[in-house]
Amino acid sequence: MKKLLNTTISVLAGLTISFNALAVVGTTLDSANTDINDQKSLQNGAKMFMNYCSGCHSIAFMRYNRIGKDLNISDADVEKNLMFSGDKIGETITSSMSKVGAEKWFGTTPPDLSLVSRSKGVDWIYTYLRSFYKDESRPFGVNNKILVNASMPDVLWELKQNKSAEDFDQDVRDITNFLDYVGEPAKLVRVDLGYKVLAFLFVLFILSYLLKKEYWKDVKYGKWRAKD
Amino acid sequence: MDNNKSWIDQRFPLTKVWNEHLAEYYTPRNFNFWYFFGSLAMLVLVMQIVTGIFLTMHFKPDAANAFASVEYIMRDVDWGWLIRYLHSTGASAFFIVIYLHMYRGLLYGSYKAPRELIWILGMVLYIALMAEAFMGYVLPWGQMSYWGAQVIISLFGSVPFIGPELLTWILGDYAVGDPALNRFFSLHVIALPLILVVLVFLHIVALHTVGSNNPDGVEIKKNKDKDGIPKDGIPFHPYYSVKDIVGVVVFLMLFSAAVFFAPAMNGYFLEHANFIEANPLKTPDHIAPLWYLTPFYSVLRAIPPMFGSQFPGVVGMFAALLILLALPWLDRSKVKSIRYRSWPYKVALGIFVVSFIVLGWLGMQPVTELNALLARIFTAAYFGFFILMPWFTSIGKTKEVPARVTEK
Repeated sequence: MKKLLNTTISVLAGLTISFNALAVVGTTLDSANTDINDQKSLQNGAKMFMNYCSGCHSIAFMRYNRIGKDLNISDADVEKNLMFSGDKIGETITSSMSKVGAEKWFGTTPPDLSLVSRSKGVDWIYTYLRSFYKDESRPFGVNNKILVNASMPDVLWELKQNKSAEDFDQDVRDITNFLDYVGEPAKLVRVDLGYKVLAFLFVLFILSYLLKKEYWKDVKYGKWRAKD
Repeated sequence: MDNNKSWIDQRFPLTKVWNEHLAEYYTPRNFNFWYFFGSLAMLVLVMQIVTGIFLTMHFKPDAANAFASVEYIMRDVDWGWLIRYLHSTGASAFFIVIYLHMYRGLLYGSYKAPRELIWILGMVLYIALMAEAFMGYVLPWGQMSYWGAQVIISLFGSVPFIGPELLTWILGDYAVGDPALNRFFSLHVIALPLILVVLVFLHIVALHTVGSNNPDGVEIKKNKDKDGIPKDGIPFHPYYSVKDIVGVVVFLMLFSAAVFFAPAMNGYFLEHANFIEANPLKTPDHIAPLWYLTPFYSVLRAIPPMFGSQFPGVVGMFAALLILLALPWLDRSKVKSIRYRSWPYKVALGIFVVSFIVLGWLGMQPVTELNALLARIFTAAYFGFFILMPWFTSIGKTKEVPARVTEK
């Protein structure tokens, strides 16, 4: 029985490892190393996103005041620093760019980024934003290493020139971190709650195990019927 | 209290039912790890129904709004994210539990006489569960929901003669769209759950009629004491109810770890591409069903088109499911439990388990020449297990089965 269990577990473990190994083949993404509990990083990311990205990209499933509440920014500060389009504080963050204009300027509509961290992953965003290079054959004079012929211009080029490589990477990391939060706001509370739930279940496990052991003494000593 | 009891008992057989199914349902005393999964499957079913009720309150079964309503649940509904993750993780957990439950049946010959009907009801349950899960996965209306449905439903179009009409009838349209989403919603929240609940009821009634098998495959009803109680039996309640509570808590710990720490399970429970709204104009590079359907998807892809028709693959896929129903009659062995089986069965079961897992893995991978070859080899092995079973269960030397259950 134990042997059977052990073999099953080791087979499952082996499969998990090989699945994970296969999943990364063919991609060379840099690790984003974001930390969703780093509030300062999220705040900077929000500021960066609203300044550099929100002109074209919406995050239509996200509300301004939810960001304020989750990232500890007052409504007044959100209105002053993060809102540029005359929206109301409880509204979702849509882009002010017209669809027809976007088609004309970029050849495509810039996608909504509410869930980009969930469909592409944080490493992809972090690497993508740092992978623009000069290519005069493209309309905006830049191309991207991991999204070939991307329609997006290198909106962060000025930052890249004026900041140290480290500071620039940190800014990109903050944007990535912010998008990770936007992809799943519940992530801020989910993990902490998980530890509490597991702690509760662990206590319940000890109690239920002791209860079982007590009852099964009857079975062990062959006297369960003596109780009747 | 006793007064109330007799008042009810005069009008409804409450005490009788309680005794028959719990307090005086005599269960073999030697259940091991593998016997937790039946009660766990019931737990997950109840959890799926309860979380499903709350999701239905907020979900919009409408192609224009479905995707956004799921994100609304994830963000604006109080605890909506938790309810949704419990439900989505619950779907995968359901299949993990069910696969282990079925594997237990294979290990200890629980499908053999007199329990054939329990096995058949269980297999129908499993097929109904796959339909339930498939339709549920369409509802969030992401890219994988849409294209997965497109691939699977289009299979019906390959049925000779009536295919195209059948396809239109199923979809209510010429492609997967709003009518399909609406009817899948209806089937997912009403029709199939009702069927599942009724089948679970029948599965348990059948089980309690013949009694549970056990790791030794010994019929405990053959050895009764003077009161007619099996000597190796113990009442399900309280002994197995308290034991199952331990199993439930351990399960909930693993389940919670998934819900709270890795709800998408790196794309295995919630595929990455499903966080992009369904777009009929943009086919994803790689379409794969969720992991629990992939073994059968692999069988489908392994069988090449014949006479320009995909139909043989479809037949193969359904045959892979339906052949499980014949298992009780394919197994000719005199003993039930793996503990006393001959070595050919042990080898065959090992090959079968490996084939099933490899087919499942292949079903998630893009088709390459090597993958197609492997899928064919393991599809042959999968069917071989059943087709050769009458032979390999009747050869080799079995060990002697003890008269009473053993303690391990």
